[in-house]
Amino acid sequence: MNNISLFITGPVIALALAAGIAAVKADPVDDTLTIDGKEMISRAKAPEGHPFDEVMSGWLFRTAETRALEADTFVNPGMLEVEEGGAIWNTVEGTAGKSCASCHGDAAESMKDVGANYPKWDSDSGRPINIELQINKCREKNMGAEPYAFDKGGQKALTAYVKHQSLGTPVSIDLGQGEMQNWWDRGKELYYTRTGQLNLSCASCHEANMGKMIRADHLSQGQINGFPTYRLKQGKLISVHNRFRGCIRDTRAEMPKAFSDELMALEVYVTWRGTGLSVETPAVRQ
Amino acid sequence: MRLGTVIATLAIASGVATAAVAAEVAPGDVAFTDDGVAMSLTGTAGDPDEGAKVFKNKKLGNCLACHANTAMEKELFHGNVGPVLDGVAGRYSTEQLRAIVTNSKQMFTQDTVMPGFYSLEVGKDVTKDLVGKTILAAQQVEDVVAYLGTLKE
Ligand code: HEC
Ligand code: HEC
Repeated sequence: MNNISLFITGPVIALALAAGIAAVKADPVDDTLTIDGKEMISRAKAPEGHPFDEVMSGWLFRTAETRALEADTFVNPGMLEVEEGGAIWNTVEGTAGKSCASCHGDAAESMKDVGANYPKWDSDSGRPINIELQINKCREKNMGAEPYAFDKGGQKALTAYVKHQSLGTPVSIDLGQGEMQNWWDRGKELYYTRTGQLNLSCASCHEANMGKMIRADHLSQGQINGFPTYRLKQGKLISVHNRFRGCIRDTRAEMPKAFSDELMALEVYVTWRGTGLSVETPAVRQ
Repeated sequence: MRLGTVIATLAIASGVATAAVAAEVAPGDVAFTDDGVAMSLTGTAGDPDEGAKVFKNKKLGNCLACHANTAMEKELFHGNVGPVLDGVAGRYSTEQLRAIVTNSKQMFTQDTVMPGFYSLEVGKDVTKDLVGKTILAAQQVEDVVAYLGTLKE
């Protein structure tokens, strides 16, 4: 939990001092997220079999300052990298002399709502893939380019650009494809498995203690509808698998590799846990 | 071989066996009863001032991550995952407090999210350099318990 203690920003300190320890605020706010005039679904009825009645966006758990940054794409610092992603979309790379746009044209049309439905079953590899892995697949098969290494090259920017084309669209994945249901089962098991010296599972923090304060941090449901998210503390976009790895490390456990079976299973399950929430990419977090 | 035995063996072998080390109870040998843990983990009385430091330190107890404690009002950020610890010495005996800090799962339920600070009952895939190690040393637990003893209404 050493790392959690580092998520401290100026305004938060001032607030905490003013409020004193007795008044630790603990509930998600009653507020509506509207991005550039478009209302986001930040609370949705949970799908059947979900431990909560209502699924909630992490946006509801952040401070007023952080929330405001996400509500306006002109001030959202993550939009800079989304724009970089747009440039990469049009850049020719690899031996085939193609860019993403050569095959897919205008992303606003061809990628509209696509990001809301990942991870999807990939019969070629016989496992679920996320946007990052789909991009790598296109790079290798269709562009004759090297796949991006985790979080390297344009991976985060391009992933964010693709997901941003689904801004506002409710998350929904198809567990009927291939063996998706098995991966969901495995992801669920991992979600409840306690790891590390601190002996905590994802559910220990994001289910049992959702809404509570863990030192300076307000625990959300740990939803991934806003990923890649812009983190103020790190000053850049953070991918889903980076976030998962960080939370696992905070339990003082060894971290599974990005795109490993463990983290893909977890991504399938955690995505399902956010069914119905709008894609918010790039969300802004502390 | 248990950690305590290893330490004792090493200490004797190197000829520096101190009373405190020799008397230290290994994490797996702590005896829990309905009344808590009766025996000191080290035989050396806990130091409440040291305990206060361990309590706040983010790399040691980090108790404030989950518990508010008015006696530490000056510290920023008190969590509310666990109960407020004001007056906790009035609610529990020393033996019970020692049991809670040593391995809360023995005192509450297996489902508690409070880590066991002197326990090897841990989660999966523990970071390699922490395997076989407890979060706090035995004496640090005694110090924290002594500090909790000062939290009276
Ligand atoms: C020790 C507590 C703890 C554990 C265990 C933990 N997390 Fe987190 N997690 C946090 C904190 C604190 C934050 C930042 C505040 C927030 O968004 O909840 C966070 C944030 C997140 C976020 C970002 C949410 C957003 O809106 O941006 C995701 C996703 C997440 N966690 C997933 C997981 C998963 C999956 C696991 C298990 C592999 C896990 N967490 C385990 C404490 C924890
Ligand atoms: C990750 C969260 C977490 C951390 C860290 C933590 N605790 Fe706890 N603690 C809890 C919870 C939760 C409970 C309530 C028992 C339960 O319901 O599981 C609790 C209960 C207690 C109680 C009993 C309080 C009462 O009024 O019943 C004491 C005493 C206590 N903790 C002391 C400590 C000390 C000392 C530390 C640090 C060395 C610590 N805790 C660290 C979560 C935590």
